[in-house]
Amino acid sequence: MSDFDEPHDPFLTRRRILQGMAALPLVGLPRLGFGAPPPTAKVNTTNLAVTDTEVTVGQLHSATGTMAISETGSIQAEQLAIDQINAMGGVLGRKIKVIKEDGASDWPTFAEKARKLLVSDHVAAVFGCWTSASRKAVLPVFEKENGMLYYPTFYEGLEQSKNVIYTGQEATQQIIWGLDWAKKEKKAKTFFLVGSDYIWPRTSMKIARKHIENFQKGSIVGEEYYPLGHTNFNSLINKIKLKKPDCVYCAVVGGSNVAFYKQLKAAGINAKKQFLLTISVTEDEVLGIGGENVEGFYSSMKYFQSLNNPNNIAFVKAFKAKYGANAVIGDVTQAAYLGPWLWKATVEKAGSFDVDKIAAASAGIELKTAPEGYVKIHPNHHLWSKARIGLAQRNGQFKVVAESPALIEPNPFPKGYQ
Amino acid sequence: MSMTDIFNIAMMQGFAGLSLFSVLLLMGLGLAIIFGQMGVINMAHGEFMTIGAYTIYLASTLAERYIPSFMEEYFPFAILLAFVFAFIVGWIAEWALIRHLYKRPLDTLLATWGLSLAMQQTFRSLFGAREVSPTLPEWLLGSWSPAEGLDIPSNGLFVMMVTLLVTGFVLLALYRSSWGLKVRATVANRAMANAVGINTKRTDRLTFAIGCGIAGIAGAAFTTIGSTGPTSGSLYIVDAFLVVTFGGAASLLGTVASAFGIAQTQSIAEFFISGSMAKVLTLLLIVIILMIRPQGLFASKIRR
Repeated sequence: MSDFDEPHDPFLTRRRILQGMAALPLVGLPRLGFGAPPPTAKVNTTNLAVTDTEVTVGQLHSATGTMAISETGSIQAEQLAIDQINAMGGVLGRKIKVIKEDGASDWPTFAEKARKLLVSDHVAAVFGCWTSASRKAVLPVFEKENGMLYYPTFYEGLEQSKNVIYTGQEATQQIIWGLDWAKKEKKAKTFFLVGSDYIWPRTSMKIARKHIENFQKGSIVGEEYYPLGHTNFNSLINKIKLKKPDCVYCAVVGGSNVAFYKQLKAAGINAKKQFLLTISVTEDEVLGIGGENVEGFYSSMKYFQSLNNPNNIAFVKAFKAKYGANAVIGDVTQAAYLGPWLWKATVEKAGSFDVDKIAAASAGIELKTAPEGYVKIHPNHHLWSKARIGLAQRNGQFKVVAESPALIEPNPFPKGYQ
Repeated sequence: MSMTDIFNIAMMQGFAGLSLFSVLLLMGLGLAIIFGQMGVINMAHGEFMTIGAYTIYLASTLAERYIPSFMEEYFPFAILLAFVFAFIVGWIAEWALIRHLYKRPLDTLLATWGLSLAMQQTFRSLFGAREVSPTLPEWLLGSWSPAEGLDIPSNGLFVMMVTLLVTGFVLLALYRSSWGLKVRATVANRAMANAVGINTKRTDRLTFAIGCGIAGIAGAAFTTIGSTGPTSGSLYIVDAFLVVTFGGAASLLGTVASAFGIAQTQSIAEFFISGSMAKVLTLLLIVIILMIRPQGLFASKIRR
């Protein structure tokens, strides 16, 4: 039995007595004065690691292993958000303390560390995961132990949980508006779909195919998947040349991504000859690919570092101040940055750190300070957000050339697309 | 679709096959020397390739910062440097780790795998977890276009040249140099080689280091077609082992033949069926052939 299982009498254990003593100087002050934090017993009825001065959260990403390439940005963005929140006085008057765990790019490790964070550390929320595989691995843990996960990556949809807030786009938010833009602005009627061979590209391409064939009355002239880590795309490129599609639509990831664009360029396929729209290249990926290899191609995301609004300018400035002038911010990095802020807003609305209350209070939470602009949590725990098209520049940045006029409703189980 | 279009595509597809052949051969060569001649299963082969890739990154960064006029020429020198770096690390790895395990081939597998993980984390600590992109000279980008609609990738041509040179050097060294003689003697009969005064320990160290150095060259050349990151090497390791095992471990000619066979099968299959299915087909063929000929395509004639 731990002291967490006992009734919440503040003078029951030695630790509580010490905490009580630490709070003694406050006793003389009027307890109900403006800005006094609400008492711990009131904001924490479920044995979370919340004290009068501190609230503990977890951060669960891959700092080592193959996924460290992608997850580093998310780790940095979440830390930045937490630092900023602490500088503003924390959440409900309590500073955020972070316990960092390394999932090491290994899905069972993710599950084990998630259990550790929830069961041993009693964290109030976890910011983490990147790949769908890691999210699927931790999901049963979060549902069983009743934890709260803020998941940053754009992903394939087909999932919804009381215990997860998805701060990235689900597939339809990223794909459909972008395809409509391609049809309207680029007159694209024939599409060649290319992806890495795993769940996210396959589900995304399925949605793309349904939309192109059933709603746009366009046609798919090729659909190809290559194993993760595949490094030779010359045959594929010849097939693209043979079919001459209006649009090459790609979701190639990881090391393959670099090989794909380098070889496209070497085979003479560039933006002058071919319209290419990708859903897997952000500023982060361009670091590895090289701006000269993607120059002139288009990317469909909700956020680009070059977005010109006061929120984003402040965010980019703060990010660079903390991580160096050369740091870049991709779509997922921004979505990761939203996690702690959304959690803070939800806790303040619920007036409690309890997971059940947060899950219930999440729907309708707004964030007016998001770098991507205004976002709002939908009752299905995904975000309402805009879709944007960026044109890749040689310097590795994207120029935003189109933006959906309104927020797009998240729809993780799209009818007619399955 | 006109006849010229079809001709162009056929030409480019033929080149794609040859290009994949040179890539596979280059990544297999270093391993063929280490695994074939010494019987050491070097799981860290990919990481020695990564050393080469990061050498290019360092060289390009330095050239860009200090001698921008050198940007067009730095690449060949950086490749030589990649050989030197990988050679030195290979030399040290042999001295510190491998030489204690020669009589336990399966333990070398475990030890070099550990070495590969350690090297990956070292790259991550030194260069950061993210992929980097070395700035390549202009002549390595784009394509050579002898006719309208016919594009031969310059980086493919370049890798092909490097493969040709390295293979030539290795064959020459193995069959015409005193080092080659010593290596072949040691492979054929270690005790006898020792008895006639060949320092087999020294030969082993040199062989291992040269194998690693060639991996470094391969990694450096692949920066033109692939990614540079802490785990880039792991993208190549499976294919490299496939080429060497399929060819017959102790035969360089076998490595060449197997790289050619695998490359053509895969490249042609990729054109007619989808990418993942092409891989399945290639692997299936290899499994069947290895079931019939477990020693690989070309078995070496050595006394066992």
